Amino acid sequence: MPITIPREEYMQKGHTACAGCGATLSMRYVLKGMGPKTAVTVPACCWSVIPGEFPYTALDVPLLYTTFASAGASISGLREGLDSQGKEDYNVVAFAGDGGTADIGLQGLSAAMERGHNVLYIMYDNEAYMNTGIQRSGSTPYGAWTTTTPVGLKRDYKREKKKYVADLMMAQNVPYVATATVAYPEDLERKISTAKSIKGPKFIQILSPCPPGWYYNSADTIKVSRLAVETRVFPLYEFKNGKLTLFKPAKKPNITEYLSLQGRFGHLKEDEIKEVEAAVAERWESLLRKEQN
Amino acid sequence: MESIQSSRRIMTGNEAVATGVKLSNVKVISAYPITPQTTIVEKLAEMVANGELDAKYIEVESEHSAMASVTASEITGVRSYTASSSHGILYMHENLHWASGMRVPIVMSVVNRAIGPPWSIWGEQTETFNQRDTGWLQIYCESNQEAMDSIILGYKIAENKKVLLPVMNMLDAFTLSHTSEPVDVRNLKTSYDYLGDLDLDFKLDFKNPAGYGSLVAPDGPFMEMRKDMRDSMYNASGLIKSEISNFNEVFDAELPGLTENFMMEDADYALITAGAISSTAKYTVRKLRERGQKVGLIRLYFYRPFPGEEILKAVRGLKGLGVVERNVSYGQRGPTFEDVVSALYRRADVPIRNYVVGLGGRDIRVKDYEKMFENLIEGDNDMEWINVAVR
Amino acid sequence: MAILPITYLSSSTKVMSSWRTSKPVIDYSKCTRCAICWKFCPDVAIDLVVDPNLNAPSERFRVLEAPSIDYDHCKGCGICGTECPFGAIEMVREEI
Repeated sequence: MPITIPREEYMQKGHTACAGCGATLSMRYVLKGMGPKTAVTVPACCWSVIPGEFPYTALDVPLLYTTFASAGASISGLREGLDSQGKEDYNVVAFAGDGGTADIGLQGLSAAMERGHNVLYIMYDNEAYMNTGIQRSGSTPYGAWTTTTPVGLKRDYKREKKKYVADLMMAQNVPYVATATVAYPEDLERKISTAKSIKGPKFIQILSPCPPGWYYNSADTIKVSRLAVETRVFPLYEFKNGKLTLFKPAKKPNITEYLSLQGRFGHLKEDEIKEVEAAVAERWESLLRKEQN
Repeated sequence: MESIQSSRRIMTGNEAVATGVKLSNVKVISAYPITPQTTIVEKLAEMVANGELDAKYIEVESEHSAMASVTASEITGVRSYTASSSHGILYMHENLHWASGMRVPIVMSVVNRAIGPPWSIWGEQTETFNQRDTGWLQIYCESNQEAMDSIILGYKIAENKKVLLPVMNMLDAFTLSHTSEPVDVRNLKTSYDYLGDLDLDFKLDFKNPAGYGSLVAPDGPFMEMRKDMRDSMYNASGLIKSEISNFNEVFDAELPGLTENFMMEDADYALITAGAISSTAKYTVRKLRERGQKVGLIRLYFYRPFPGEEILKAVRGLKGLGVVERNVSYGQRGPTFEDVVSALYRRADVPIRNYVVGLGGRDIRVKDYEKMFENLIEGDNDMEWINVAVR
Repeated sequence: MAILPITYLSSSTKVMSSWRTSKPVIDYSKCTRCAICWKFCPDVAIDLVVDPNLNAPSERFRVLEAPSIDYDHCKGCGICGTECPFGAIEMVREEI
């Protein structure tokens, strides 16, 4: 059987990600698609430590670290700096976590997209501040335990719904917006190459399961990622030229298959699981409506 | 041979700064508007729009992003510039450290303005004295001519491979920024030749890709990097002095040294100032000299690296020295006072006083300087707040 | 030259095997060379090699590229074992 994603590796062995890290797979896939003429910037996030301590780097492309809120600004500067030297054929990619995207970096992201730089912003979404030890972010889903939304007697787990940054980017009419996840690398590669073909701002949100943060066995990263899509918890879509295309998985397993794999949802009671299910169904319907319009 | 003659024009400090940026062949400008910096970035936008300056212009959404984006563009290997004021400088504080730590030779203009609350758009230097520990060289300009020249000089020094630290160029809100003066506009070709292209050894290289700013463990070279920054800053003093001589020769200019000594030769009493308030101080010194009082002025042109040796030489034989601060520090005396005392400790036997002036745009008048000299001569030892309502 | 915060050395020169508590072992007699394990490895620790000496379900598989675990860089997450459609990868506890 021929291999189904690009063979070339631009992420090296020997990085210091946790075993089974979804964010690391995301980087591996993104760089396979982007190729060697790519400059990457990472704000504070797991990827600011994954490449390893001085004097190591784990990428075969230039990697500029920046401050937590600065991914959007940093890609803007890289882009204009390269363009001012006629290096318009080089790619510029931000690789930022959900905290650095949905929370502290949202202003910088929105502005970079609005200014229309020819850049790709990747949000690798592990649904909490994982590098600092599993604190709630705007992108943490309803019902999840985190260290700042602990399960206690008076207050327990995150009661607020997840902020979907890709939806915000759609609302802002970014020329190309997509969601993806590590269980579907071929789909992700196709989206990367579409993004590469568009001159202008692009945004891709990649659900990147986190074994220690979501409390599941590291062997199940792909399984969890696939279930997120099949259960409609994390719909895969593409938004191009103002048109939304939603991926409809053939199977529709029960949501408990997704939730029960993860310790972060272990405290949820039956009625709470029903609430999660209802919210997932509601969002799915709303995306379907958006697709039809 | 190309003439090095400058052409004299009347322009505001902000226009002089924008012209200095153009003369420096800057390739990326990224800025966020704030009064009283706006006319700098408006002028630059206009220059880019009409093709007078071939640069990319990023209209960022914040000062924090302005600093992050010029750090990134500079890393690609092109000369980059930004400008701000007051709260904008405070907002970019984190990224000021990031820029110097990354060793990118950016030049930034700061139009010194007070910090709120309460809101004030008028002159004061607190926001940049707050940034003295960020690893940026600091220049305080007295005139629009200096404001222009210091941009070109700033890039020359910052890009010196023995320095590789960013430069902050200060001019006073309104007093310079919005006030017109005659300025000798330097010849474009002379300036381009003087600076050359940015040659950053560590710029992005796709054939030999590197990580910029990765994690360093306690046993890694973290302290060594910081010491290198500190050494580079200290050692810059000598380089700056010879570069200023070179600059003055190339452009037929009159920049001072790290400091300017005004009527200091036989002075008994002297003040230290920085920025445009020095002009009123000089006027006062001249006036008191006419009355036979042996007074003088030391003006800080550079504040970082701190010109301690220059001050030591200048204060020999003084009977009193007053450090004038247009900034405020709480819980201790002013930062310049502390620096002067530290530079002179056990090396000069001169009483030193501290004066706080001109906060929130408060006037600093000739009679205020006269009062400071009187206070020095009388030897009253309390820190003085000048031209302030007494309670 | 300044001491810069810049890193050039490839992380692949490091050995990560001490991170592992169990290791994947491939039963080549079941391996169809589909490369799904290669595709899903977050540690880039599965190389594709042509080795006719490796066991195979049948002769035609022997000429194909087969996965080979790079035990210097495998952290033993077990994704390959979970995702192998043929049950050809077993996670074996590391001896301490």
